Amino acid sequence: MQSVLDIKNLTVRFATADGEVAAVSDVSLSVGKGECLGIVGESGSGKSQTFMAAMGLLARNGRATGEVMFGYMNLLTAKEQTLNTVRGNKLAMIFQDPMTSLTPHMKVGRQLTEVLVRHCGLNAAAARTAAIEMLGRVRIPEAARRFDMYPHELSGGLRQRVMIAMALLCGPELIIADEPTTALDVTVQAQILALIRSTREEFNTSIILITHDLGVVAGLADRVAVMYAGRIVEIGDVDQIFNAPRHPYTKGLLACTPRLDDPATATLATIPGQPPNLQHLPRGCAYHPRCPYVMDRCRVESPKLLPTGAGQNACFLDDLDVRAAS
Amino acid sequence: MTLTPILAQTDALEAALAPTVAGRSLWQDAWRRLRANRAAVASLIILCVIAFASFIGPYLLPWTYDQIDWDHIEALPPDFALGHYLGTDSLGRDLLARTLYGGRVSLSVGILATFVALAIGVSVGAIAGFIGGKTDQLLMRFVDLLYAVPLTFFVIILMVVFGRNFVLIFLAIGAVEWLTMARIVRGQTLTLRRKEFIEAARASGGSTTAIILRHILPNVLGVVIVYVTLTIPQVILLESFLSFLGLGVQDPRTSWGMLINDGAAELEINPRTLIVPAIFMTATLFCFNFLGDGLRDALDPKDR
Amino acid sequence: MSALPLLQVRDLKVHFPVRGGGLFPTTIPLKAVDGVSFDLAPGETLGIVGESGCGKSTLGRAVLQLLPATAGAVAWFGEDLTKLDKHALKARRRDMQIVFQDPLASLDPRMTAGDIIAEPLRNYHPEFSSADRKARVAKMMEQVGLHPAMINRYPHEFSGGQCQRIGIARAMILGPKLVVCDEPVSALDVSIRAQVVNLLMDLQRATGVAMLFISHDLAVVRHISHRVMVLYLGRVMELADRDSLYRAPRHPYTQSLMSAVPIPDPAKERARTRALLTGDLPSPLYPPSGCVFRTRCPKATEICSDVVPPRESAGPQHEVACHHWRD
Repeated sequence: MQSVLDIKNLTVRFATADGEVAAVSDVSLSVGKGECLGIVGESGSGKSQTFMAAMGLLARNGRATGEVMFGYMNLLTAKEQTLNTVRGNKLAMIFQDPMTSLTPHMKVGRQLTEVLVRHCGLNAAAARTAAIEMLGRVRIPEAARRFDMYPHELSGGLRQRVMIAMALLCGPELIIADEPTTALDVTVQAQILALIRSTREEFNTSIILITHDLGVVAGLADRVAVMYAGRIVEIGDVDQIFNAPRHPYTKGLLACTPRLDDPATATLATIPGQPPNLQHLPRGCAYHPRCPYVMDRCRVESPKLLPTGAGQNACFLDDLDVRAAS
Repeated sequence: MTLTPILAQTDALEAALAPTVAGRSLWQDAWRRLRANRAAVASLIILCVIAFASFIGPYLLPWTYDQIDWDHIEALPPDFALGHYLGTDSLGRDLLARTLYGGRVSLSVGILATFVALAIGVSVGAIAGFIGGKTDQLLMRFVDLLYAVPLTFFVIILMVVFGRNFVLIFLAIGAVEWLTMARIVRGQTLTLRRKEFIEAARASGGSTTAIILRHILPNVLGVVIVYVTLTIPQVILLESFLSFLGLGVQDPRTSWGMLINDGAAELEINPRTLIVPAIFMTATLFCFNFLGDGLRDALDPKDR
Repeated sequence: MSALPLLQVRDLKVHFPVRGGGLFPTTIPLKAVDGVSFDLAPGETLGIVGESGCGKSTLGRAVLQLLPATAGAVAWFGEDLTKLDKHALKARRRDMQIVFQDPLASLDPRMTAGDIIAEPLRNYHPEFSSADRKARVAKMMEQVGLHPAMINRYPHEFSGGQCQRIGIARAMILGPKLVVCDEPVSALDVSIRAQVVNLLMDLQRATGVAMLFISHDLAVVRHISHRVMVLYLGRVMELADRDSLYRAPRHPYTQSLMSAVPIPDPAKERARTRALLTGDLPSPLYPPSGCVFRTRCPKATEICSDVVPPRESAGPQHEVACHHWRD
């Protein structure tokens, strides 16, 4: 499959008062044309920073190394000017809180048409028609009326629809959606997820879906990458990740998520301990203090992401399996 | 009540791995950040030196501030034999002794008046902000009213009623400066009041007084400290302004403001009498402002 | 269940006055909670679910008298809390506590973990010596899974899950009879969520504390609750035994809520057909007439806009407020 975005050995470091902190360490992944890749992780897993770095949107104290190929362009070395022509055009982003990503003092319509005029070279009248049409396509009722409203006059669900409409305006090849439904209620979340699903079929765009919610990923993604402490610990086909997870963290995450389709049990399975503190990461595998299968080797050596079965997994247990098989 | 201990294994592990039992408070963090700020540390040291010299220095000098050396009027510095290290003024008084004494007066007024403002302002602000409603309305309208009274007018009335008095100056200035302090503290309290930990304190049975003392005050303290360091120089300036109008301390007592005023009068014949106190005063004002800036950066909640 | 409920809430209303616009603004009541009634038995957990703006947090605070009730009664062992004076209320408050959503914001940043947990002790037992207080705090910390060696640390030195444990320790230290948990796990990471849910359940088993567990997460609520109440725009839609509600939700709103929750299983997600609700929550300032849910309800008919549906029994321990629940 032809890939749209190719990340190779991406490392993101932040300079803080207490020294340098690696938020993302040596991440490599690629997204195919029309594919939806889910990125799952908890806070501090580096799931957002990976793509903020890819988009050139890191905070000022951040520094990214490696390679992020979007088509034939390396986004990490591209000039700000070049990045601006790509961002919002071929590469669009949807954020968690649409209230902060829409300009509060500008009418929704203006913000939409501006994108069209700037990136697609439409004139004002044509941009208006196109924008209203797009609002209709993301199923905003009374699109023409909403066009002249300010962001704060819209509900959270409608704002997120506007963000999606804005992302779709220039026919992007890739949409990066960072927790697009986390700020929304369940019933609205279901609407937005259905919308993302149908736009994907309609426009054949690739989507990167960053979330902490396994349920959201299960319904939307083709492939899933699980991140922990700045690294990908497991990546694979969605069915494989959910039905036959290999990494102990993936297994733990699935086990401790309460679900509506299971019979309720007395106690939930848990992952012991606390989420990783990037400032004091343990030696070896970052997950080892919480891992039930921890071995001596895990405490000193960091496992590499290696192909296993249909996906890739970063765990020394795989070595044991291989040895047992031979 | 008996409970079975359910100790999460990794928390125990973590505690064992990191035996630093004593926590690091936000104050300690702020102090650490402040120490990393060179301008603020230098300011703090200079301020300490000036304050030390002003309060102790006059006792160590051979001349007092009001002693007139009839033989050495407008003596040129340095005169080590006689002890006029910076010379004398047009009345033959030792310039260094007078400058240090003036510093003592200016700094006392600055610090004492600020503490008067602090005491009134913080209590009024915290009470108005936390209790809210009618109390808030009443107190803040009173503040608005006082804002409308011109300072000089206010001081003149005080002088007429109570006579000229050193204590009166800082009372008068403090009585004016607390208004801004009250507004700042009230604003801070209003935002704090909506925080969940205040609600938690109410839910766990805390009385209004207990909540103000235990939760509100320690949390507004950061902002208050910054404001205090910025108020002290303001008050010093105010005092010199009042002295300039003849409403401040009286000769032979002096303050930096008065010294500068006197020095300005003889700028052409004896510029030392202006330059020396001016250097002391500007250095102090600069240092307070640098320190205030440094404190604000160190206590900045955004960094938490 | 015992004869006298711990808590009897009857027709509780909490309205906030909101200034309208225009040249001559009038105040409009925002009906955050509008006529909610329920009982809570000692040692029981009642889950309260609903979307944002349904009034679930307001309800929890009104029960604890942290917000004044506009009308209705909150009876604590038969005694109406809304009629008590400040002093009497403080005495009752000893037995009712609250755990908040945002673990860090609910802890005073300038106090140590030990001081935070000890605060209720200071308020209700000023006679305790500081050594005595410290011993109790250390014991409580152990019970919530915090190492007592961390007693002198400050909130910002703990992770979110640990902060929530401190909040729980503060709520539990006086041995209360009721704890209102306002979205206690929503701000936590998935792997920490399960730890805190288990902790709350363990504490309940050990102390017999009753809980109002407020959450928007249906899966977590199912796990922890004995009974569940579904709120929409300040009104009760459905109130039922946990199993009966999740097995056979009667109210169209409960049904659409359940079908909206994503399931972490790709095969099931693909096979699922959803009853998607259309539109958004109406403004609570101008709630629809009759049944408040009718504007988004797939079953709505004429009667729904005219008559407020009464709460009917739809089986043992199962009440539903809908004209069409039998359809």
